[in-house]
Amino acid sequence: MLTRMDSFQATIDADGRIEPRDAMPEGYRKTLIRQIAQHAHSEIIGMQPEGNWISRAPSLRRKAILMAKVQDEAGHGLYLYAAAETLGVDRAELLDLLHAGRQKYSSIFNYPTLTWADIGAIGWLVDGAAIVNQVPLCRCSYGPYARAMVRVCKEESFHQRQGFEILHTLCNGTPGQKAMAQDALDRWWWPSLMMFGPPDAASTHSEQSMAWGIKRHSNDELRQRFVDMTVPQADILGLRVPDDGLVYDDATGHYTFTEPDYAELYEVVKGNGPCNEKRLAHRVKAHEDGAWVREAAAAYAAKRQEAVA
Amino acid sequence: MSDLFDYTVRLGDDALIAAQRTAEWIAAAPQLEEDVALGNIGLDQLGQARSLLQYAGSLDGRTEDDLAYFREEREFRNLQLCELPNGDFAHAMARLLYFATYQHLLYEELRTCADETLAGVAGKAVKEVAYHVDHATQWVLRLGDGTEESHRRMQAALEALWPYTGEMFESDELIGRLAVAVDPAPLRAEWERRVLAVIDESTCSRPEASYQHTGGRSGRHTEHLGYLLAELQHVARSHPGATW
Ligand SMILES: [Fe+2]
Ligand SMILES: [Fe+2]
Repeated sequence: MLTRMDSFQATIDADGRIEPRDAMPEGYRKTLIRQIAQHAHSEIIGMQPEGNWISRAPSLRRKAILMAKVQDEAGHGLYLYAAAETLGVDRAELLDLLHAGRQKYSSIFNYPTLTWADIGAIGWLVDGAAIVNQVPLCRCSYGPYARAMVRVCKEESFHQRQGFEILHTLCNGTPGQKAMAQDALDRWWWPSLMMFGPPDAASTHSEQSMAWGIKRHSNDELRQRFVDMTVPQADILGLRVPDDGLVYDDATGHYTFTEPDYAELYEVVKGNGPCNEKRLAHRVKAHEDGAWVREAAAAYAAKRQEAVA
Repeated sequence: MSDLFDYTVRLGDDALIAAQRTAEWIAAAPQLEEDVALGNIGLDQLGQARSLLQYAGSLDGRTEDDLAYFREEREFRNLQLCELPNGDFAHAMARLLYFATYQHLLYEELRTCADETLAGVAGKAVKEVAYHVDHATQWVLRLGDGTEESHRRMQAALEALWPYTGEMFESDELIGRLAVAVDPAPLRAEWERRVLAVIDESTCSRPEASYQHTGGRSGRHTEHLGYLLAELQHVARSHPGATW
């Protein structure tokens, strides 16, 4: 007779979907909670570096696009927390872990947005890298996560195009605007490469996640895919990728590139990036400032319940 | 400059400055659902501002961005209510209740005015601001009748902003001259009826004020507007002639 765990393995082997009520190994559940929570946290922390430019966006059209983008990221956070909740945790609990520094978010958001061009660079590179990471997750073995990713990826590709378009406009603008665009690429290139995580040789969670159908490609494969996709776009913009080692290899059809400085990545993950403290402090403050509002909403709802009962 | 231009700029500036303040809540709201909701409201306000400023600009050969980014503080014609700093979430909801209820009454009339463009903008906006009124109403009720602390904060916010509501209903010569303009003075009674009904239901007491601030419609603002504009305008002004 098949046990419930056998049916889990059979579903994984057949490349099917695991749903919330299905049996699953505890490690699978824990890995997913960690990954989905980290992803959700990244969406909401990611609102800050971009939100930083809403008030200063240089045209009303750009302001509207940026507001809609940051709002989309809040929506992505909502879908992802809801996906995590199907695994038996709740959002409040996950937020507490984020605020206590016990769960991570993507290190890319610990870099500062210093000029308007950074909004273009984030859309183009950071949303671009997110798409490369997330498209395979649309086929992730856990149904609610995979479905959330389908929605998210659709919006991320809008964001990527909008970011490219911001830079395209700058690159065809005044010399000052073009310099701003190059400076943004110079600063965001290496952190974007680090978004794919440590090199395969040093990656700790990968193998088991691959076996469970949570991860489909290695960090290095995805990083290569990102470079191959992005370099020709930089050429269209007329911007120089800040890597002297970058060459196109006719034989393989891929770019050869210099690896980012992973020592920097480990420092940022440890909390020593330029904005780690600011990002977390902002999040904690918004949460604490809002505590009386959430309490009031709960108290009001309880009073209505009583009135009905 | 024509009366139609001046009138349209008033309404456009209200929406623009309100949007700028609403947007400050994004990534700072009490819960994620509210980041999304305030994002929606801010986008509606910004959309209204753009339509109105585009129209005003078309009357004298300027763009929406010329008007938003390259006018001085004294040339802005928005209500002071819109420019006040955000304060806490109770202040945000009190302001939204007061302002959106006013906009709703105004747009409802404006959508039947003889100017097709203004009527069109108002026809679209009236549906948006109906949602804003509803959102603010729900929160004023929850906060007013929630906890002791939320009640105290809601009461304080309703009172602090009340002296900035009189300005919404001021009639002046421009309104008298321009046939398509909606005279706001007669809207006041219905505005009070609606707003006070929400305040009563929220268990808060009705605010009273012996004095009402004024000046926004003639470009005399609070000290806060200058800083808001400095932030809004600085990138555009640092690169004169650039397109974005
Ligand atoms: Fe996102
Ligand atoms: Fe995005």
